[in-house]
Amino acid sequence: MPGTVTGLAAPLALTNVDTDVIMPKRFLITISREGLADGAFADLRFDDTGNIRPDFILNRAPWSDATILVVGDNFGCGSSREHAVWGMRQLGIDACIGTGFAGIFYDNARKNGLALPVVSAEARDAFLQLAGSENGVGFSVDIRDRTIRAGEMTIPFSMDDATRYALIHGADDTRDTLAYADAIQAYEDGLADGMRVSVIK
Amino acid sequence: MTRTLYDKLVDAHRVCDLPDGGMLVYVDFHIMNEYTSPQAFSGLDSKALAVRRPEAHLAVIDHVNATRSQEPHDAASKLLIDNLEANCTRHGIAFYGLGDRRQGIEHVVVPEQGLVAPGMLIACGDSHTTTYGAFGALGFGIGTSEVEHVLASQTLRYKRLKTMLVEVDGHLPPGATAKDIIMKVINVVGAGGANGFAVEFAGSAIREQNMPGRMTICNMAVELGARAALIAADAKAYRAAAGRAHSDMLHFDTEAWVSEPDAEFDQVFRIDAGDIAPLVSWGTSPDQSVPIDGAVPFATPDMPPGAKAALTRALEYMGLEQGQPAQSIHIDSAFIGSCTNSRIEDLRAAADILRGRKVAQGVGAIVVPGSALTRMQAEAEGLDRVFIEAGFDWRPESGCSMCLAMNDDIARDGERVASSTNRNFEGRQGRGARTHLMSPAMVAAAAIAGHLADVRAFQQEIS
Ligand code: SF4
Repeated sequence: MPGTVTGLAAPLALTNVDTDVIMPKRFLITISREGLADGAFADLRFDDTGNIRPDFILNRAPWSDATILVVGDNFGCGSSREHAVWGMRQLGIDACIGTGFAGIFYDNARKNGLALPVVSAEARDAFLQLAGSENGVGFSVDIRDRTIRAGEMTIPFSMDDATRYALIHGADDTRDTLAYADAIQAYEDGLADGMRVSVIK
Repeated sequence: MTRTLYDKLVDAHRVCDLPDGGMLVYVDFHIMNEYTSPQAFSGLDSKALAVRRPEAHLAVIDHVNATRSQEPHDAASKLLIDNLEANCTRHGIAFYGLGDRRQGIEHVVVPEQGLVAPGMLIACGDSHTTTYGAFGALGFGIGTSEVEHVLASQTLRYKRLKTMLVEVDGHLPPGATAKDIIMKVINVVGAGGANGFAVEFAGSAIREQNMPGRMTICNMAVELGARAALIAADAKAYRAAAGRAHSDMLHFDTEAWVSEPDAEFDQVFRIDAGDIAPLVSWGTSPDQSVPIDGAVPFATPDMPPGAKAALTRALEYMGLEQGQPAQSIHIDSAFIGSCTNSRIEDLRAAADILRGRKVAQGVGAIVVPGSALTRMQAEAEGLDRVFIEAGFDWRPESGCSMCLAMNDDIARDGERVASSTNRNFEGRQGRGARTHLMSPAMVAAAAIAGHLADVRAFQQEIS
């Protein structure tokens, strides 16, 4: 990620959008990370017979090209499934602007380069309205200076340092952590016998 | 510096600080299921990494398996089940698969096997890992990339959470249970009200709860958005952790796993247990609940537009009217199961209501014990006969089943389910399915009545 996400923003005002809605369970029967774009928001995008729901925002021009979502409170609550984030990324979503996100979803987003800027309820409501204006509006989310620019608005957002760093540098947490193998070993060496779990097979 | 229980647990597991502002914490024990782990193993493979401590992990089949028999109900679920077993075999990880008497829903299996003790840090690719807070252990859910991270390093990257204290004092009135405590807390604090927080439950009504009740409370705390839920470890917690298969090897009692008396929390809620009635959810978010003798709420003029829209949408999805009495809501089916309420105590409570009674005509009722051992215990007590004679379908295999409907137990479009589970989200129990959350005894009462019903009426009859 170059440090800035730009693109058309779509308003998705629903509150408490859970990961079952973001990625319905029928798409979870997989051992791969791929092929999840169709699953993202599937029950909002398609009806029971697989036809496109024309009234859903991501099915309407110009928002079908949106790369940024403005979302309701508590987006990403519920199940820990990372499939939700994989599907959103594969659908082309780079950022999601909201007032707060469920914790596991937030961490999953960071691991997959999905930016989740947090703004006040007033700013979010204003963004929702702006994003919904006819012909759509381009937003720019600057991760480096933690600012969203859209229309006439310039609004700061919050994002913790570790997440900001990971988004800009595209970190591979697993590999990076293995650089601390000595510290991990030292911690383990300090554990008493009754503090080393060994599961009975 | 006086510390909360949460602070003590984080401090005890801190490996080192990281330059990005976070820290590494050590994971004492990690649990995996078949649907959030496959990509973690393939991630390890693609990076040519090994599992650091294979003996500190356990894999359990629970999410996709059928509960009518040990045979997977379709090829796709078989693939997930076989994939997990193969990954575990290859990496030398303990695997409790179908047919193993230790198998069951992961969060039921772990305490049953004595794999949780006060002072531990436990992670699992499942949001309801908060359950272990009942023991004064720090349990939290992680995503698949983090599963890979724990497998490779036995650690996680961690940011300290804010702390919230929820104090529930007084005594619960008859008919109200641990499930009603947590549903009341969610109703008051709001779904997402604890995003970014570790929540500690305290107060006399919490201390009075037995361990299964405490697990129900900590389990469902994730519906508040809490990333961790905790209850001070007392003699009950230590007793419950003792005498199990693994308990002898687990001694994390390096300090008292309780908050110090004057520890400060970032936010505090106080709830009077005496005000808690048996609750039912009416909507599509766990905070949308009312007492069983209440009614579906009305939109009010002072409601913010977002809240009003959420209410309207929930009513439409649920097929309900504003002001409709809760007890006028007819059900199509009843489900007793899930990591929230499928332990032996839950089955006993439901059986007490069902004994000598019949499920209402037209209601399909299912009970899925939380683990194979729970099922055997129930059968030894004759509870299976009580359920079967009442008209329940007693399932011989254990798993999540209709809690999330990833197996073949799927509610139809529009089907209305009285459910002892934890999530009433749109589509959770099947596309278009309508879920009403409540305690297992309340599910039993609803199954008999054919509509949402007040368990207290049944309990009076019994006494
Ligand atoms: S029983 Fe339900 S909530 Fe619990 S682990 Fe299984 S699917 Fe998740």
